[in-house]
Formats: sequence, structure tokens, C-alpha cells
Amino acid sequence: MLRWASHSLILLLAAPILLGTLIASLPAFGYFPPLGSSEFSLAAWRDLFEVPGLTRSVLISVISGVLTPLISLTLVFLYLASATGSKLDLWIRRLISPLLSFPHAAAAFGLAFLIAPSGLLSRIISPGLTGWERPPDLLIVNDTWGLSLLFGLIVKEVPFLLLMSLAALPQLQPRHRIEVARTLGYRPTIAWLKVIAPCLYPLVRLPVIAVIVFASATVDVALILGPTLPPTLSVRILSWFNDPDLNLRFLAAAGSLLQLGASLLAVVIWLALEKFFGLLWRLWLATGNRNTGETLAFAIGRSAMPFVLMVIAGSLLALLTNAFAGPWRYPSALPSSWTVQHWANSLSDLSAPLFNTVLISVSSTLLALLLVVATLESERQSGKSRSTALWLLYLPLLIPQLVFLFGIIVLTEFAGWQANLSLVIFGHLLFVLPYVFLSLSEAYRQLDPRWAQVASTLGVSQLKSFWQIRIPLLLAPCLTAVAIGMAISISLFLPTQLLGAGRITTITSEAVALTSGANRNLISVWAVVQLSLPILGFMIALFIPKLVWRNRSGMIETR
Amino acid sequence: MAQLRVSSAVIRIILLFVLLPFSSITAAQALDLADWSALEREARGETVYFNAWGGEPRINSYLNWVADILEQRFDINLQHVKVADISEAVSKIVAERQSSNDADGSIDLMWINGENFAALKENNLLFGPWAEEQPNFKLVNADRFPEMREDFTVPTVGFESPWTRSQLVFYHDSRWLAEPPQTIDAILDWSRSNPGEFTYPRPPAFLGTTFLKQAVLELSSKDPALFAPVTDNEFQRVTTALWDYLDALHPTLLRAGRYFPNSAAELRRLMGDGEISLALAFNPNEALLSIRTGELPDSVRTYVLQGGTIGNVSFLAIPYNAQHKAAAIITANFLLSIEAQARASDPNHMGSTTVISIEDLDVGARRQFDSVSSDLASASPEELSRKLQEPHPSWTPALERAWIRRYSAR
Repeated sequence: MLRWASHSLILLLAAPILLGTLIASLPAFGYFPPLGSSEFSLAAWRDLFEVPGLTRSVLISVISGVLTPLISLTLVFLYLASATGSKLDLWIRRLISPLLSFPHAAAAFGLAFLIAPSGLLSRIISPGLTGWERPPDLLIVNDTWGLSLLFGLIVKEVPFLLLMSLAALPQLQPRHRIEVARTLGYRPTIAWLKVIAPCLYPLVRLPVIAVIVFASATVDVALILGPTLPPTLSVRILSWFNDPDLNLRFLAAAGSLLQLGASLLAVVIWLALEKFFGLLWRLWLATGNRNTGETLAFAIGRSAMPFVLMVIAGSLLALLTNAFAGPWRYPSALPSSWTVQHWANSLSDLSAPLFNTVLISVSSTLLALLLVVATLESERQSGKSRSTALWLLYLPLLIPQLVFLFGIIVLTEFAGWQANLSLVIFGHLLFVLPYVFLSLSEAYRQLDPRWAQVASTLGVSQLKSFWQIRIPLLLAPCLTAVAIGMAISISLFLPTQLLGAGRITTITSEAVALTSGANRNLISVWAVVQLSLPILGFMIALFIPKLVWRNRSGMIETR
Repeated sequence: MAQLRVSSAVIRIILLFVLLPFSSITAAQALDLADWSALEREARGETVYFNAWGGEPRINSYLNWVADILEQRFDINLQHVKVADISEAVSKIVAERQSSNDADGSIDLMWINGENFAALKENNLLFGPWAEEQPNFKLVNADRFPEMREDFTVPTVGFESPWTRSQLVFYHDSRWLAEPPQTIDAILDWSRSNPGEFTYPRPPAFLGTTFLKQAVLELSSKDPALFAPVTDNEFQRVTTALWDYLDALHPTLLRAGRYFPNSAAELRRLMGDGEISLALAFNPNEALLSIRTGELPDSVRTYVLQGGTIGNVSFLAIPYNAQHKAAAIITANFLLSIEAQARASDPNHMGSTTVISIEDLDVGARRQFDSVSSDLASASPEELSRKLQEPHPSWTPALERAWIRRYSAR
């Protein structure tokens, strides 16, 4: 029964994604009968390599794919090394989950309005400090080399990697290890970097690779913050897909295979970097050095996280201000009046998407949790890790969305399925599942097996031990996984739009549709609604363990 | 090896579906458009999925009003499917065609014109002819206004029902720019001495492409080749002046031409933020409407270039595989009614320009359109009568592609 669950899980995920990728790639080699082309050819590739600025588009995708995880992970590790157990840490741990759930599109929009030449920051310091009566003509957002895109991605991925690290960390029993290292004379920050970091990295490796793929293939963030002349590869592919000139389909299909290659290249570069850092670490460990570099690591670790948080808070502030702003002329730091008109205008439009959003995210997440727990439990009971097959689970994170979604649409229509809610829920499940798995699997696998062994020696059945020992012990990671899963579902755009045929609308799909109209106030209203939903989820996820374990201080200590 | 087997199986599946007979299409086309009351009966209880650009709250709330009326009077459930770009709907129809979904399409009605219409029509992906059978079609007086039967020079032959009119207008912030340039050439001269004060949306954003068309029309003195299908030679000949012009213009634009806004709305936001002092729009009432919502300062004024600007009509079309064609036709006919058109042209609601020939109406009906006031912020009707015809739709992708090739990777 349980084994069946894990097999069906893999089939359920891998089949549509692999088939989708395959079908979507047929036109890349000229095969697309509806457009009267049923012969294989390389014409699409020739066209693709003649696209102006293609090299730069690919380069920016690869660069963001490598630099985003590199910088984010560095910041997260330095932070954990320097701040674990501090007051700052307690404060940040409380904030991190809600901030993580800031949907990408909303965050990018908030950030764009924060740092633009006419943005909130510029308004606050003008004209007082700068003398600007009109915004300066500076290329900040949408800059040619994708620096603001990189900045936006880092700000978004730092909380994600931090949360993933925090979820994995308890298994390493960091406190004991640090204590041992400290008795050997290592300064705390150095001790963490030398003792914990090398063990923690393998536990967060898959999330890191998911970050690479996401950063190299993101559409929504790149649309808002990324370069425009030329845009990133992913944005160009989407515009080719959507182009009324149907012949660009071939180009789009070839482009999406190239995107797959670009994401892979970023991963390969990352794997090389891994080797390099592994070597570096070994050398560094061998020096036995106990304190050199601590001051710098400490300073960066301690300041980077508050900086990231301040940027996120600033973006949030920008959205909130705009959601209630009346007319607001540059360089006023504040709107000339406040209004709830934007909310009144959207109220009637909000209810149906809101209902869909909740319904889709709850059902896809619960379904995902069920499948993931069944898989993990079967893996544990059979005693062998099916990691060789389970890497398939990460396909939705390792293959850029754009590539397989178009193929999935064709597939579902072959099956005669109309766009309906269950199809959208299934589409969300593809993306929610890996995240639920990522956030739950390590905690599940690393849970001390002796608990269950003790239970068995006391004559407790597998089932009872599952419900009464494993699940309660894993309550907090389970809830975190649910909160993450829902946050992912809430922020999804492409699957809702494509599989729902635009008929099934969520807060996010509506918000992105509004982006093309770019009424800043209205987008802000939707973004605020969009980001408050996952925050609610995370608050519940944090609150339930506190309630359940109010008499078990050891259970919440590490969360 | 396993992969190869899968792909050949998939190809066989695709072939199978593509070769299926189109029996369902013939059945659907048997709607009797002459018997209007039978059509209304058939439409009862149906849901119309209306795919239309969803980026403008004014239009969205206007469509909410339309939905209420349709529900009350015709028992039709109108669902506005908001798309960021109607080309998404075109893609959707193609995907459905690809998978042989020939009768249960997810789109019943769409707001469309230009190259999107041309692409769908060329690939036989539209239902029709139906538009001229509508009782309200006579209101547009297509004999006097041939543009009601012509979409970017392509005859609509009853496959499209007129919905709204648009015209390119320029608007400027009179605080920074009192005497705006009146020709395409004058814009370059002015921009040279006032760098960073103007920009236009990046093609293929339709307003940006319209600017290119406007420029090429003016720079080539309305070369007749522009109104026929584009050829390589003609394109080369006609657009040389355009590229010289843009090469000179771009370094003087906002951000020295290294960035272009992605939509008309982003352009409007740049104006609202005081980043630029000259911009363009495709709705003559845009400045007026945006001043009312506080998005633009009340110092903004609208005008039309001396030699006239491009104007067009946008239409409603029904995909060949729409599920609810009867209800879609009833909806289109209502959207073309005096009542619906009058409300659409009211700046307090949608603020568009009507396709109805107002002079042909009787006094009482004409009064319903009185709310279109002459406002300082709007262009005057005299200015708006200076209209240029859209070039043939094949020029649109050609211009867009050439622009992207030249300027997207500098």
C-alpha cells in the first residue's frame, strides 16, 4: 500500500513533466502538424541562433542562476555562523517564514517601486538631500546587466535558503557540535563555519539547485526587474509563445530547450564551484585556524540579514503605501491624501479569485503532504532509500516551468480534459510536491530511528508508532512544509493561467494580469492580499506547535 | 532508446487526432442567424467566456455592468477572462487546434484586432460570418465608415463585430512642456534639445508598434506600399528613413534609449511620476480619465499631430471551436447597442470612443452620448478627425521584428 504510494507519486509527477517536455520539444525540431509542418528540421535552431542579443540573454540567465545561490547561501551561512542563539536570531526566526512567503511577483513589484529613480527611497531623500524636483534619469530597475534582477532574486532566495537551513539544522544537533569545537578553542563563528557548514550543505543542496533553476528561468521577476534590451531568455521564450505570428512557436520550442541547457549549465558551474569550495574548506580545516577572519565573517553575517530584511520590509511598505495612496506627485515622500478607493474598486473582483486561491492551495498542499508522508514512511519501513527514483520528484524544480507546461496542455487535451479546477490543482501539485518534499524529507529521514525502535520493543505496531511517535515528533516540520506548500501554490502564475485556460483565476493570476495595466495602486492592493494569505499560513504553522507543545519546552526549542 | 519509442508513439497520437474528421464544426455552424428569437432562446442559460485584456480596471468594471444586464435580460452568464495580452488567447486556440479540440473550445468571444485577427483568419480559426447579421450592426453605418468592415486593411467579411474606436494621441505635461512638437520630425528636434523627456513603449507592445507605424507613415509620406502586404524590397525601401530617424532619436530618450517601458500604462506612470513630459496613448480620453483617478497631474494636455494620427477599430470575434456561439453573438449584439455603447463612452465608466454613427441617431438616442464632454485634457473632435489609416497587418510583425533586431541587443 505504502510502496504503491511512492510509485504512483513518481509516476504522477514524472510522466506529465517528461512527456510535456518531449511534446513541447517536437516543434523545436520542426514537427508541428497544426502549422502544416510534419518534417523534422533544424530551421528553428538556425533562427534561434540568429536572434539578436541571444548570447547576452543566455549569459544573464546563467549568471543569475549561479550568482543568486552563491551570494544567498553565503549570506545565510555567515548569518547562521554569526548569529545563532543571539537576540537578533530569535527575532529573525520569527519573521523569516512570513517574509519568505512574500510572492515573487509582489516582492519584485515592491522592490521596483522602492529603488526606482522615482521610487520611495528617492522620494524620501528628495528634494531635501538631493535637490531633485524631478526624478533623476538613472537606469536602475531593468538595468542592462540584470543587477536589479539579481538583487531581487537574492532578497527573495535568502529567506528561502535560511528557512530550508533552519529546517535541516536540528538534525545536526548544532549546539553540541559547537560546544565541542569551542572547547577546542574555536571562536563561535569559525566553529560554525568549520563544524556545521560542511554537514549542513548536503542537506540544503537540492533547495540550492532549485534556486539555480528558478533564478536562471524565472519569468515574473525577470519581467518586472530584469533587463529589457535584451530581456532574459525566459522572458523572450514567453513572448515567442504568445506571439500572434504562429511560426514563432518553433523558435519558442527551440528556445525552451536552450533554456533547459542554460539552467543545466548553471547547475554544472555550480557543481564545479562545489568542488572548489570543498577543497578550500578542507585546506582551511587543516590549518587548524581558530579565529582568523572571524571579525569579517561576523560583521557580514550580522549585518547582511538585517539589510535583506530591511529591503523586504521596504518593498512591503512601498506596496502598502501604494495600496492606500491618493494622488502622489514626485518628490513628495507621502501621498497627498489617503484613500480606500482602490480597495473599494477591487472588492467585487477579489472574492472569486480569493476563494479559488484558498481552495487550490489547500487541496494541492494536503494532497502533497499525504503523498510525501506516505512515500517517506514507505522508504523508512522498507529500510532503503529510493533516492535514485526520487530525484524524479525534483523534476518540476529542475526543468524550467515554461518548457513542460505547454506540452502538458496539449497532453491534457489529448485526454479530453476540459480546463477545470482539478486540473489546476494537479498542476499546482506538481510544484507544491517537491517543496513539501524538500522541506520535510530531511527532517523525516534524520529523525532518530531509536524512537521507533524503542516503540517496537515495547510492542507498538508500525501504524501506531507512526501516528503516536513520528507524526507528533515531526509536527513542526510538517506544518512548515504545509505553509511552504501553500505559499508556493499561492504564488504560482503560469500553471494557473495555462491549465485553467484563464477561466480559473487566483489572486496571483489576476495580479499579474493587472501588471500589464500597471496601475500601481491597484496592483498594490492585489499584492497585499496575495502576500497576506501565506503569512496567515505561516502564522498558523508557527502557532500550532506552540499550542500543542506548551508543556514540552524541548520540542519547540529548536524551531 | 526508451525515449525514442515514446516520441514515435506521441507522434502517432498527434497524427491520429489531427486527421480526425471535423464533424463537430459543421454542426456548430448550423446556427440560424436569421431567426434572432430562436438564437436568444438557445443562448439562455449559457456561459460566455469573454477573453479580453484585463489590465484596465475601468473596462473591467464596465464589463461587470454588462454581465449584470446580460444575466437579467438574456439569462447569459458573462465571464470576463482577463488576459495580459490577447495573443495569449490566440495561443490557446492554436493549442486547442493542435490537440483537435474542435468543438469544446475554452474561449467563446474575444476582443481583438490587427495581426491577431489576421493570424486567426488566415488559419481558419474563426467562426463566421455572423457579425453583419446582428440587428445592431446597422448602427455603425458601415457604408459610410468602411473601417467597420476593415481591420488593418483586412476585410472582416462578417467574422468580427466592431466594439470600440481608438486613435493615437500625444499628451504632455504643460508644466514642463508648454508647446509640444507637432510632427514626428519636430519630436526629434525637441528631444535633441530636451534629452530624457520622451520615450515610447518597447515594441511589440502595441502602442510602441503604433508609434513606429505613425513615424513610418509620416516619414514616408504615406507610401502606398504600406497598405499592401509587406515584401522584403518594399520594407527595405520604405523603412530606411525610419531607422535613420530612430537611430537619431534613441540616444535622446529617457535612459538614453537603454530602457523602454513595457506598456502604455507604464508609460503613463512615467508621466505621472514626472520622469517624462511627452507621451502617447491610444485612447483619446486617456489623459482625462487618468487625471480623474489622480494618476496624472491636471496639467496634462492631449493633442493630435498636425498631419493626423493612426486610428483603428477594435472588434469582437468568436473562435471556430467556441462552445457557446449563440450566447456569444447575443453578447456582441448587446455590446453594440446604443445603451451599452453610450455607457462605454461615458468617461465616468469606460471612457472609450463609440463605433456607433451618432449623427445617424435620433435626438433622444443622441443625447445618451452627451456625457462625452469637451475637456481641456482631451483632444478636440476636430483634432481627432485627422485620422490616418492603419498599414496592412503584415507590416506590424515586420516592423516589430526589425525593431527588435536593431535595438533589443545594443
